[in-house]
Amino acid sequence: METLYAPPKTLHRVATHYCPGCGHGIVQRLIAEIIDEWDIRGKTIGIAPVGCAVLAYNYLDIDMSEAAHGRPPAVATGIKRVHPDNIVFAYQGDGDLAAIGLAETIHTAARGENITVIFVNNAVYGMTNGQMAPTTLLDQKTTTCPEGRSADEHGSPLRICELLATIDRCSYLTRVSVTNPRNVQKTKAAIKKGFRTQMGKKGFSLIEVLSPCPVYWRMSPIDSMRFIDDEMSRTYPLGTFKDWEKEGS
Amino acid sequence: MKSSLHNKQLMTGNEAAAEAAIQAGCRFYYGYPITPQNEIINHMAMRMPQVGGTFIQAESEIAAINMLHGSAAAGARVMTSSSGPGISLKQEGISYLAGSELPCVIVNVQRGGPGLGDISPSQADYFQAVKGGGHGDYRMIVLAPSSVQEIADLVYDAFDLADKYRNPVMILGDAQLGQMMEPVEFYKPAKTYLPPKKWALTGADGRPKNVIKSFYPVKGELEKFNRRLQKKYRKIEETEVRYEEINTKDADLVLVAYGTCARISREVMNKASKIGYRIGLLRPITLWPFPKDALRRLSQRVRTFMVVEMSAGQMVEDVKLSILGRCPVHFYGRMGGGVPSTNEIINNILEVLPKINAADSVEMIEI
Amino acid sequence: MTEKIMLVGYGGQGMMLFGRLLAQAAMLDGKYVTFFPSYGTEVRGGSACYHLIVSTGEIYSPVVEEADTLIAMNQPSYIKLKDFMKPDSLLLLNSSMVNVEDPPQVKVYRIPATEIANELGNVVASNMVMMGAYNYIKEIIPTHLFLNCLENALRGKKAALYEINKLALERGENYVRNGNLISLPAE
Repeated sequence: METLYAPPKTLHRVATHYCPGCGHGIVQRLIAEIIDEWDIRGKTIGIAPVGCAVLAYNYLDIDMSEAAHGRPPAVATGIKRVHPDNIVFAYQGDGDLAAIGLAETIHTAARGENITVIFVNNAVYGMTNGQMAPTTLLDQKTTTCPEGRSADEHGSPLRICELLATIDRCSYLTRVSVTNPRNVQKTKAAIKKGFRTQMGKKGFSLIEVLSPCPVYWRMSPIDSMRFIDDEMSRTYPLGTFKDWEKEGS
Repeated sequence: MKSSLHNKQLMTGNEAAAEAAIQAGCRFYYGYPITPQNEIINHMAMRMPQVGGTFIQAESEIAAINMLHGSAAAGARVMTSSSGPGISLKQEGISYLAGSELPCVIVNVQRGGPGLGDISPSQADYFQAVKGGGHGDYRMIVLAPSSVQEIADLVYDAFDLADKYRNPVMILGDAQLGQMMEPVEFYKPAKTYLPPKKWALTGADGRPKNVIKSFYPVKGELEKFNRRLQKKYRKIEETEVRYEEINTKDADLVLVAYGTCARISREVMNKASKIGYRIGLLRPITLWPFPKDALRRLSQRVRTFMVVEMSAGQMVEDVKLSILGRCPVHFYGRMGGGVPSTNEIINNILEVLPKINAADSVEMIEI
Repeated sequence: MTEKIMLVGYGGQGMMLFGRLLAQAAMLDGKYVTFFPSYGTEVRGGSACYHLIVSTGEIYSPVVEEADTLIAMNQPSYIKLKDFMKPDSLLLLNSSMVNVEDPPQVKVYRIPATEIANELGNVVASNMVMMGAYNYIKEIIPTHLFLNCLENALRGKKAALYEINKLALERGENYVRNGNLISLPAE
């Protein structure tokens, strides 16, 4: 019988710890699909963050390292410098990347480190029960801004792609989402392009994925997807902010 | 170690630390400027490109220790260096390195503290180094050189020890050792081949994946892992203790000191013998594992100890724990960048010695 | 033989290079040597102070607590460090910049090192004038070894400075040789 569809080999067939409707499972599956399609399991090394995705190495059947909170880009740097021909990616959430690890994010980009960062932005600290993140939207309620985020009191949301776009050594910056099959395929293409950026030794690439957290957004999974399309992508517009192919570099 | 003259170079301790790392096969160095260890980062910036290695001036000590984590996980020999404030920033990373069982070398050229302190020599980071400045039940092998030659020798050995036990190793120096110039010779063979590490991250090509982690969320797993770590630490305690013992046989008093203070204490021994006192010296070379058996043995025939440190008395606690109250342990220390003079130490010895003689007939226990 | 030397002056008067070259030459001569900058409170405020020990035997403490020789390039440094001398110490003063009464019980040489270096056209060579004078008096190392080290230190763009430094060394030596001395210790 012809197999029309099978789960990716690089994804372990184990029960997930992610909450119902969470976007992490989608993104990690896309990574596994790409590794299968390109047959690069033997040369790919991932770095898991501290946050909901800390257990990414339980799902992905590739060499992986954990990193201290916020430090995956530094760990990725250390790995990539030893194995410059491997594909090295840092998988990070918004607290990890945009709060405690922002210095590493910016300086790894400034060095043009030849790695890919997959940045899953769900605008909230999930693992610690839903506190405010640097990317929490204005008026969005979290356990540490129960009345909603106010610019006066909590500051304004950080737009990471736009921030990094000012850095000369950044090669590829794009913002995508996982709200429908078309967007999921765009996300997959973006991660592929990030990996291609590395393989061509073109430098630093970052894919920001707008991703739902139904539990701490206190919404149904479907409403969460709508929220990304209708609200979240107004603060964080989808699109490509830097592209070495289009700049002819 | 006797050597021919023409192989000797005059170098600062900091430069010797950097060069010895390169001789030991270290090709990855990540650092951040801080006095008094800048000669290390400067030397590495010059030398790494010459040997095809990687040098990165990181954006912070935190980034540097985590780059170290990456390169160690990738199977390479890797080093970072810093001083007080920077070493404090690295503590979280050191805990992760120990928890992930990653071999690496960290050099601390100690300066005065707490806080910003000053850039003078100090030994006040002893607790931080040997008791674990980071979180969790972990240990670092801590080596304390007392000359520029010994810095070179111990840095070289540190990489072997780190690999042997899959554990971070710290070189605990101080501003004086780091800035001092002495002749040094790199007489050990420069390592060009290092055996591959099966556990390292290289890409899981034709083998099951490797995971480097310290996270054990399933109940019971973390304790099991901790037990295994402790077993490893006991093995290190049994096998890797190093110390030097001089003139302890008939000593009236044995000085216990490491690093810069050990050299000053050695001078004190000579001066004291000229005025008729028999002073011995026990110099721990490994601060962890601590030479507690050697001290315990000595305490059976020595009447008193004096610990000399550039701190408020940190190692003195380990000395007391080693000898379990068998004889008095005195302490002389300077803090905040002060270096004890030989005369200060001798005056303290002279204060202590008559008491010992007087106490010969009396039970005297002081802990 | 053990010689404990303190080198003091303003930062920029070349005491670091003086000490490093002397240490290197002593090492090449087969001696034990330690050399390091002092951090003590006595050197705060613009003074640079270096401890140098040359010995035929192993050196334990690298700290100079009592100097066999004090070489002082300027007045404030001299005043800060003079208490490190002992009764039979040798004191070399850069008399161009130090004007003090003779301290008791030490042998003092006054060498106008800055003026001599100026005459040679390079004020920075005052350190070599002092080195020439010092080594003539104490004969710590063979001069040719020192010159080798000097030549090695002055490579590339600095090579042109070798001759003037060598000349400064000779002038310092001659200054003492010609008897431009000295105050012997007061009895």
